[in-house]
Amino acid sequence: MRDVAIIGVGLTKFGERWSSGLKELMGEAGLAALEDANVTSHEVEMLYGGTMASGRFVGQEHTAALMADQLGFKNIPAVRIENACASGGSALRQGYIAVSSGIHDIVVVGGVEKMTDVTAGEAATALGGAGDQEWELFQGITFPGLYALMAKRHMHEYGTTEEQMASVAVKNHENAYKNEFAQFRKRISVSEVMGSKMISDPIKLLDCSPISDGAAVVVLAPLETARKYNDTPIKIVASAQASDTLRLAERDSLTAIKATSIAAQSAYKQAKVAAKDIDVVEVHDCFTIAEIMAMEDLGFYKKGKAGKAIEDGETALNSKLSVNTSGGLKGCGHPVGATGVKQAAEIVWQLRGEAKDRQVKGAEIGMTHNVGGSGATAVVHIYKRAD
Amino acid sequence: MERSSASLWRKIRPRYNLVGNECKNCNTGYFPPRVVCRNCGRKSKMAEKQFSGNGTVYSFTVIRTPPDTFKDEAPYTIGVIKLDEGPMVEGHVIDTGAKLRIGAKVKMAFRKMYVEDDEGLIHYHFKFEPL
Amino acid sequence: MAGIVGYGVHVPIYRIRIEDIARVWNEDAESIKKGLNIREKSVPSTDEDAATIAVEAARRAVKHAGIDAHSIGAVYVGSESHPYAVKPTAAVVVQAIEAGNDVMAADLEFACKAGTAGMQMAMGLVDSGMIRYGMAIGSDTSQGRPGDALEYTASAGGAAFIIGREKKDMIADILKTVSFTSDTPDFWRREGAVFPSHAGRFTGEPGYFRHIMNATKMLFEETGFKASDFDYAVFHQPNGKFPVNVAARLGFTEKQIEKGLITPVIGNTYSGSSMIGLAATLDAAKPGQRIMMTSFGSGAGSDSFAIEVTDNIASKRRNSVLVRQLIEKNKTYIDYSIYLKNRGSIKKR
Repeated sequence: MRDVAIIGVGLTKFGERWSSGLKELMGEAGLAALEDANVTSHEVEMLYGGTMASGRFVGQEHTAALMADQLGFKNIPAVRIENACASGGSALRQGYIAVSSGIHDIVVVGGVEKMTDVTAGEAATALGGAGDQEWELFQGITFPGLYALMAKRHMHEYGTTEEQMASVAVKNHENAYKNEFAQFRKRISVSEVMGSKMISDPIKLLDCSPISDGAAVVVLAPLETARKYNDTPIKIVASAQASDTLRLAERDSLTAIKATSIAAQSAYKQAKVAAKDIDVVEVHDCFTIAEIMAMEDLGFYKKGKAGKAIEDGETALNSKLSVNTSGGLKGCGHPVGATGVKQAAEIVWQLRGEAKDRQVKGAEIGMTHNVGGSGATAVVHIYKRAD
Repeated sequence: MERSSASLWRKIRPRYNLVGNECKNCNTGYFPPRVVCRNCGRKSKMAEKQFSGNGTVYSFTVIRTPPDTFKDEAPYTIGVIKLDEGPMVEGHVIDTGAKLRIGAKVKMAFRKMYVEDDEGLIHYHFKFEPL
Repeated sequence: MAGIVGYGVHVPIYRIRIEDIARVWNEDAESIKKGLNIREKSVPSTDEDAATIAVEAARRAVKHAGIDAHSIGAVYVGSESHPYAVKPTAAVVVQAIEAGNDVMAADLEFACKAGTAGMQMAMGLVDSGMIRYGMAIGSDTSQGRPGDALEYTASAGGAAFIIGREKKDMIADILKTVSFTSDTPDFWRREGAVFPSHAGRFTGEPGYFRHIMNATKMLFEETGFKASDFDYAVFHQPNGKFPVNVAARLGFTEKQIEKGLITPVIGNTYSGSSMIGLAATLDAAKPGQRIMMTSFGSGAGSDSFAIEVTDNIASKRRNSVLVRQLIEKNKTYIDYSIYLKNRGSIKKR
């Protein structure tokens, strides 16, 4: 087992990228990452590409080979990773394993999704495949619907309020306002969230992450040679993943994502740190209730306490714990396959001190948390500055 | 989404009548039926089990932005129902004009889930009806 | 002879008032309500059709009968609104009540009397010993052309009857059944046509009255009974007026028909009409009482039944949902625009 570092990151701007297709998005993020890492295309040995539903969104499968092809990585092995909305985080973990094992040195991990070429109804159907097709999507149960079932129960058990959920969106839009890559660079208020269209009670339009286009790429290298490419390599100190039943109703609880807590416990153990040591975290806020549950399941708050804490501003930029400084899925956008890789890029910028207006002061340890479906997959990584 | 006749036909007993199964090794009931018991893994001994259709609302929501196949049905209520025999299952809760609440008792009903198009199949399914 | 072992009814919760239909067509609601003796009619939910109604009624019937569904050997579903032109509603019912696969099944169509024809078929199979129990269902989500007189009455509902021959589980003995059939073009719907056509006032005397009167008189002749020998009478109820009229002509009093007169509050459920009326009557009947039922189906024919209630009726009643309570439970009114939308009459392209 070798230590693994991220030596370069690149993003496209997230959003409705009308003039860019899958290839343009891959190219844009890929070139940025290679430049940041200071590696040439022919140095790359392996590629893992996270894409959730390109076949449904644009009719294109086989996207990892396509990405290698588009970035000029001639004839290298390329593998697509599909784990619903956790495709990006899962791809990062596979890249980590490939470098850590010693099989490959320079590994590119990409994530991409082009979602805006289909209607909203078609997108809902495609995303619905992340749940149990036979028993959830077949009955017309959408993703907002699944998270609404969790939210309703969370409210019932812990007294979590719709205003607390709205405050997650407000905070993440505030952060996105400061992020040049974000889809929404617009501040919003709790009353705007509360007054937005009901999607699936109690989830409203502004509680939902958007339909987005975008790509994210990171470059991995063994830590021992990382400084050849980059002065501030970021070390991956933990890579953990867990799964659970695909069908929401079959889980032990509707108010916690067990895969998250299992992955988090493993990650803390690997990194030899505790939740209190984390300075900055990107969590999977596909819906505002998801960020509340993530803060609890990752161990930052006791069950039922996160909503109030977020409402009180404890997770705003440079407060007690800076959460979703990129704007999260809610503010930055959620091109599903790209999200998990984008989270890593944001943490790299934070730990390097390159996050500009949204920089967390003195950030030394960061975490990413990427969820697939309604919680059937969770991936947690912890990162540290290597200098 | 296009679905084959066969894919619908093979689930017709659970979809029409809540026919699930249970593991005779640990006495855990499952709906929808599972091939392998979650507790017992390869030691599982699965046998068919008919569920009564009676249960309690554990959580619920109203879906207002549906997938394309349900665009003419929205809004519709989805509940997580805790069946009296134990398992939890997602299902439609049919409108009775009453305000739904967590803890409400429901029983199984038989309704159309959706209709493909004028020439396609009609998909019948269990739904739940508040008592 | 064969008899009734159990029954079940289903009526959708939605209603539309006569006033709401009349307003759209500039008709006088009061004169329609008085002329047809009807206040409101049942309307199916968007997720209901003749098959779902048949299943709900069938499940209640199995529960009421207290029998194992696997002992049912035949299922016949009468309807003029089968969801498929080709693919049997009866097979959906067989599957949904878990009756097993060793079941004779078919869909029937004889306008509003297909369900009672199914009862006669089940009786024959039961009496011959070919099957132990047979189920006959009348179920419809009938539609009248917007603006047509039928629109005020065409409604949705159904009833299922389980026929058996063992005295121990019979709630009512069917003493006799007869039919009267002729080719009479009073009401029809061609293959592929959405709405039925009818011959206006011709549907009355040559259609409804001729067939019901003749069938009922045949029943009187063959049994030796007269109107006063029955405690109750049930007729097909295309509106609330015709059954009252035909009852009087046959010598029945209004009191004899009131228990089974359901159309004024739910409309004409077509194949379900006389059978729901019979179910409501059985809900109130006591051991030893006699019920006369005559159905009518356009095209045309009538099936007449002489029924005698047995001692089992009281003990089995605890398994049943009373028709009058079912009709009132969760009743929800919709207006004409929602009614049109729900039945798919609003053009979107």
